[in-house]
Amino acid sequence: MTRAALLVLADGRFPAGGHAHSGGAEAAVKAGRITGAADLEAFCRGRLHTAGLVAAALAAAAAAGADPAGLDVAADARTPSPALRTTSRRLGRQLMRAARATWPDGELDAVARRFPKGAHQPVVLGLAARAAGLGPTDAAYCAVYESVGGPATAVVRLLSLDPFEATAVLARLAPELDRVADRAVTSATAVRTEGVDVLPAASAPLLEIGAEVHAAWPVRLFAS
Amino acid sequence: MHLDHSPHGPAALSADARRPDGSRRALRVGLGGPVGSGKTATVAALCRALRDRLSLAVVTNDIYTREDAEFLLREAVLPPERITAVETGACPHTAIRDDISANLEAVEDLEDEVGPLDLILVESGGDNLTATFSKGLVDAQIFVIDVAGGDDIPRKGGPGVTTADLLVVNKTDLAPYVGSDLARMAADAKAQRAGLPVVFQSLRSESGVADVAGWVRARLAAWTA
Ligand SMILES: Nc1nc2c(ncn2[C@@H]2O[C@H](COP(=O)(O)OP(=O)(O)OP(=O)(O)O)[C@@H](O)[C@H]2O)c(=O)[nH]1
Ligand SMILES: [Mg+2]
Repeated sequence: MTRAALLVLADGRFPAGGHAHSGGAEAAVKAGRITGAADLEAFCRGRLHTAGLVAAALAAAAAAGADPAGLDVAADARTPSPALRTTSRRLGRQLMRAARATWPDGELDAVARRFPKGAHQPVVLGLAARAAGLGPTDAAYCAVYESVGGPATAVVRLLSLDPFEATAVLARLAPELDRVADRAVTSATAVRTEGVDVLPAASAPLLEIGAEVHAAWPVRLFAS
Repeated sequence: MHLDHSPHGPAALSADARRPDGSRRALRVGLGGPVGSGKTATVAALCRALRDRLSLAVVTNDIYTREDAEFLLREAVLPPERITAVETGACPHTAIRDDISANLEAVEDLEDEVGPLDLILVESGGDNLTATFSKGLVDAQIFVIDVAGGDDIPRKGGPGVTTADLLVVNKTDLAPYVGSDLARMAADAKAQRAGLPVVFQSLRSESGVADVAGWVRARLAAWTA
């Protein structure tokens, strides 16, 4: 186990397809809900405590060795929007490719074979962390960071927001990332005895609705 | 990378020459170059020139719209199931070079769904002179510039102009109107490219895409040899 592997997996440049997705930020910008750094912070906070928490718990559980197929069903149940389910599987497939090339691993191969069109991204993220020799806490950190880092980068492109301001938003959220990762790991740890129903099911209706609207646009910069 | 080539193995990783079932995959050729230089027009012409003999598919990387894919569909250069559009998140060069996941998925899905294929053309969204394709995505790349973008582009160089397997200087029919010096462009390109081939073409002329089509056929012959 190497701590630096966490940096490799969490790096925004890890080639797993995330750059083409805004995490709902494009829809929020278009609707006038994000116009600058303050709104971006509010948006990221909301995403962190809902989609971010759920993703982190799924990732931590997968990293801890819970059955990936069971977690995949749990992810489906926690993602009401069909567009978001499609996106999550697509990103899961892309992450799977990058992870298999980076950390060759029999468990990853088995899940790739079982889900040729992709398992949900947080589940694959947890498995990737596991293949990299990382633990549930690391996987949860990757997921919470991704849940806010993706929209922040996208908003820099969408609004020409000052990149320093966007990065400062992420820094201000850092203590909250710690707390959400903690909660995620606690519930993931309980999966072994209580099953996947113990995982959080926080949802953000506006993110779900925004994703559906966005998926129907004929013209857009980001895939989601 | 050759991790698993059993018939039921998981999908290939990137540039593997063989598909999971052991068969040889299609040759992948990337087309990049500045906005409006004639990439889609060249793709369309290549499809018309090659589709009778070869099994083809196209992946487009539109930056903002689906215009390239829609143009190809409207022109009916291939049946719709052979054309896929990839969305690139405001960064066309990232999708063909730094993070090729979505494009790899598109070429593999095309091969699974309409295959077997001989050739897949991947068109990049119009970009700048530094945009090149990753070797993990394509086997060969064509860089398309035009005479109207300024006849000093070959001299300026950049990775696309200097390293592409084929440099196409398009729209030669417009040279007299925009005052571009074709001889100078040819000399500059030659100096920049250390012996790599250059084609001057006008898709408005009789010969059209013939030279590029010939080059693609030669690459394909080498690929399947
Ligand atoms: N005169 C002339 N026009 C051409 C030629 N080739 C393409 N065009 C025209 O140039 C315009 C742009 O061509 P496209 O093929 O769409 O260019 P592109 O490189 O795909 O553009 P983007 O995808 O937007 O970067 C179209 O109006 C074409 O009809 C040519 O050889 N001569
Ligand atoms: Mg085009």
